[in-house]
Parts: sequence; structure tokens; C-alpha cells
Amino acid sequence: MVPPGECAVELEALVKRYGSITAVDGIDLRAEHGAITALLGPNGAGKTTTIEICEGYRRADSGTVRVLGLDPVRDARELRPRIGVMLQSGGIPGTARAGEWLRLIASFHARPLDPAALLDRLGLAAQARTPFRRLSGGQQQRLSLAAAVVGRPELVFLDEPTAGLDPQARHATWELVTGLRDAGASVIVTTHHMDEAERLADQVVIVDRGRVVARGTPAELTGAERQLRFRARPGLGLEELLAALPPGSVAKESPAGHYLIEGDVQPELLATVTAWCASHGVTTEDLRIERRTLEDVFLELTGRELRS
Amino acid sequence: MSGTLDLTPAPAAAPLRAMVAAQASFELRTLLRNGEQLLLTMVIPVLLLVLFSTTGLLDLGPGERVDFLTPGVLALAVMSTAFTGQAIATGFERRYGALKRLGATPLPRGGLIAAKTLAVLAVELMQTALICAVALALGWSPHGGIGGALSAVALVLAGTAAFSGFGLLMAGTLRAEATLAAANLVYLLLLALGGVVFPLDRFPAGMAAALELLPIAALSDGLRQVLQQGVALPAGALATLLAWAVVGPVLAALFFKWE
Repeated sequence: MVPPGECAVELEALVKRYGSITAVDGIDLRAEHGAITALLGPNGAGKTTTIEICEGYRRADSGTVRVLGLDPVRDARELRPRIGVMLQSGGIPGTARAGEWLRLIASFHARPLDPAALLDRLGLAAQARTPFRRLSGGQQQRLSLAAAVVGRPELVFLDEPTAGLDPQARHATWELVTGLRDAGASVIVTTHHMDEAERLADQVVIVDRGRVVARGTPAELTGAERQLRFRARPGLGLEELLAALPPGSVAKESPAGHYLIEGDVQPELLATVTAWCASHGVTTEDLRIERRTLEDVFLELTGRELRS
Repeated sequence: MSGTLDLTPAPAAAPLRAMVAAQASFELRTLLRNGEQLLLTMVIPVLLLVLFSTTGLLDLGPGERVDFLTPGVLALAVMSTAFTGQAIATGFERRYGALKRLGATPLPRGGLIAAKTLAVLAVELMQTALICAVALALGWSPHGGIGGALSAVALVLAGTAAFSGFGLLMAGTLRAEATLAAANLVYLLLLALGGVVFPLDRFPAGMAAALELLPIAALSDGLRQVLQQGVALPAGALATLLAWAVVGPVLAALFFKWE
């Protein structure tokens, strides 16, 4: 097992180039043992390359990689029994039956989970004899997840485990992932679902263009700052409202009829806004005070333009 | 039964023998479930044996037709499993990312190759039993006794190593679709040109000399020398096969790409 204080995954100044493209451009990362660490980033940010370097599939051009204290390429033989891997896609022959594949992967381990019980837990019991290519996309994803955890690994790498899943399957996946963490395993998960990272992860690392642009717990990233939102008729005179608010507050209308007030959102500010609305005969709807979401932070950091 | 799973980490690899046995049994089941593979490995060899033994379509020289044909068809069976079938199956495993995924399990690559070889040998055993049974029913009288049987086994093992090497070389370097097409094409060409059912001495002398160096020709001819003519150890044929059995696996080891 991992000595106390040691990280499950430790990357320092990791660089990986494919020809003229720099996929990973100096990533530092420390994934705590017994925690869920989410790598969040737009397509092409370098998430999969990073995770595949940790899995031992590729060598970094420079930088250091320690996974459970080991070098994933040099110490592969020692490391492989201790990790579970879910690839972003594929990984299972089309003709292999679901139960057969899971039993095969289980048989590579000394103390695996019961494959039948695991299939049942992931809602695949009825598909045990179905060939992989006849499973739905979501069923294929769940089988892939099952294969990653059946060997009872200390550290699990999940590359976009919920891509294309329906809400039920997403919840089943989240439950299994948090169950693993609660049982003491470490999980590294890539995703571009903000809600998933916010809900699952103990630590979030936001990656863009091969670099880490932010890291922290979801609460740290979204900050203590609150916002007040409400809907009302379009075209309210915001300057007048702003004059009544504490200095430093910001008021915006975007889109028409949707109002956002940022600043030091205290009870007094709320009272000021509602009083102002009352004196101007404005009926508000959907008035709420909320934190910034991870999605707000993410878009702020990575920009709103579409990526190819 | 949800909730009863103990997810507490308990990592450890299974013993290597258990891993290889599980993978070999998985590979064997996959091979036997595949209709096209069975056509290639079982149906076509038996059809050729029956067709050309019972008709005068081919002039096979002196002696019983079945005595000439059976060794050639056994050689064809070995090639169909070790080369064609293995190339196609492995090519698609590579395309599906299954080889990549297995690379992250405790099963080492050498263990995977051993498992594939065991599955190939198991299929060859079934083919041999089927072909010999049909041949005996058609009046086949093999020569050589126990010594001959051992020589035949040595030839088949050398041939299996050679064909597996080239099958894996193809699977590990070409796209899966290209492997499918090329492996079938090579099968047909070697069936026609490798002395399997058409005697090599009908080709022009220079061409026949070159064709004799093909692994399929060395295997057909070696088995024919032992089983039809009673030669104890066909040294030339075995030497040719052993050379191929070195070249094929070495090239595969050098050029095989896992993803």
C-alpha cells in the first residue's frame, strides 16, 4: 500500500508532444490518496494524454510521473495489478459477451469482485450473455467501468466514464465511483460535465491547452462570492438601482428580462433590491441567491469560443 | 444484490498460469464461435479432402489419392488457424482497442502470446482429429508409425510458429480491414501454389524450386514425406520451416504495434 503522505498520482512539469503539437505543456498535479480527482477541460486540452501517461501507455517527453510511487513504464509489472483502467472508448472485442469479458478480467486478479454481483450493481445482469457490439452505448460504458474496478484496484483511471449515459446510468456510475472512494480507493476521472466534477470530485484540476489553469476543491474554485438573480420586465433603470446598492456592486441585464447582481450579497442588499422593486412596481420572478457554478468558472478560464 | 459489493482495495495479480489459462480459454471460445473462422479452418480443408479424394478432377500422381491429399490438407489446416485465423482475429482485437486494454491488466504480453498459441494449438488438435477421421474413412493409410507421428508433430509445431509469426506481423502492422483482405488472399495463393492439393512438380522446374521454399510447401512436403513415403525425418523440409519459424516471430516482435 501507499505510505502515508504519498500521493496516488504525482506529475511534475509533464510535457508530451505529437510532432509539432504540444498536447501536454508542463502539467503539475498531485492527486491525493483516497480522493476523487477530476481532470476537467475542453476537448483537446490534454486530459486523455495525461491519463494515458499515468496508465503507462505513453512516455512523457519530459517531466516526472509517479503513480502509487512507481514509474508507470519502468515498473509496469508491479503497477498493473494495482490500477484499474477505463479507456475513453472501445477496449472490448465486439464478439465478447459482457459476463465473459468481466470474468476474464477478474481472472487476472487474485481477489476480484464477484463479476455477477458487479454486473447486477451496474444494471447489466440481463446483458451478461450479450455480445459487446450488441450492447447500447451506455451499457458498453458501464461494462468498461465494471472491468476497471473488478480487480479491486487501489487507483482507478476513468476517462470520460459518463459520456453519452442517460441520467439513471450516470447516477449508477457516480454511486459506484463515490463508493470506491469511500472504501479507500483513489480515483482519477476526466470529464467535461461540470455538474459531474462539482458533485463527485474532492479535487478539481482544470486543464486547458495542455496546462493547468486552476485547481482546488469545487467550493474553492467557485469561491465564496454569491450572486443575486431575478427575472422581471425588461428595461429596468439599473443605474438608479445601482446607486442604492453598496459600492462595488455590479448589475447586468442579460438576456432581456434576466437580471444579475454581483457583489457583497448580504441580507441588506437583498432588502435594498426588493424595496427598490416594490417602490417601482416591479414584480420579480425566480429571485434567488446562488454561488457561481463551476461552469461559470470554467468558461471564464477557458473562454466561450467553440473549440474544434 | 446491490450494496453487497466490498469495494475495499485488495489488489494482487493472479498466478501467471491462471491468467494464461483464462486468456487461452477466452481466445478458444472466440475462435470456435466465429462462423467464418470455422469455414476456413474446418469446412474448407475437409471439403477439399473429400472432393479431390473421391473424384478424378486432379492428377495426383501414382498411389492412393487420399494418401497424397491428407498431408497437404493437414498443412492447410495449420496455416488456416495459425496464420489466417490468427491474423484476422488479432487485427480486429487491435482495432477494437482490446489489445490496448489487455495491456493495462496484470497479464503480461508474453502471457497473451502464450495464450494465443495455446488456443491455436487446441484448434489444430481438433482439426487434425477431424481431418484424420475423414481421411481414414476415405481409406487413408498413413506410414511412419510412432517415429513418423513424432516427426509430423515437430513439423506442425515449427509450421505453427512460422505461420503465427507472420499472422501476428500482419495483424500488428496493417489496418484490420487490410489484414482481413490480405490474410485471405495469402491463404488462397498459398493453397494454390504451396503444394497443398496441386503437386508442385507440375509447375516449371525453376518455379517449383522457388515454391518449395514457402513455409506451406515445406510443411505439405514434409508431412507427405513422413506420412505417405515413410521417411523418418524430412530434414530439408524441417530446416526450411525452422528458418521461417525464426524469421516470422522475430519480425513480429520488431514491428508489432499494440494500438
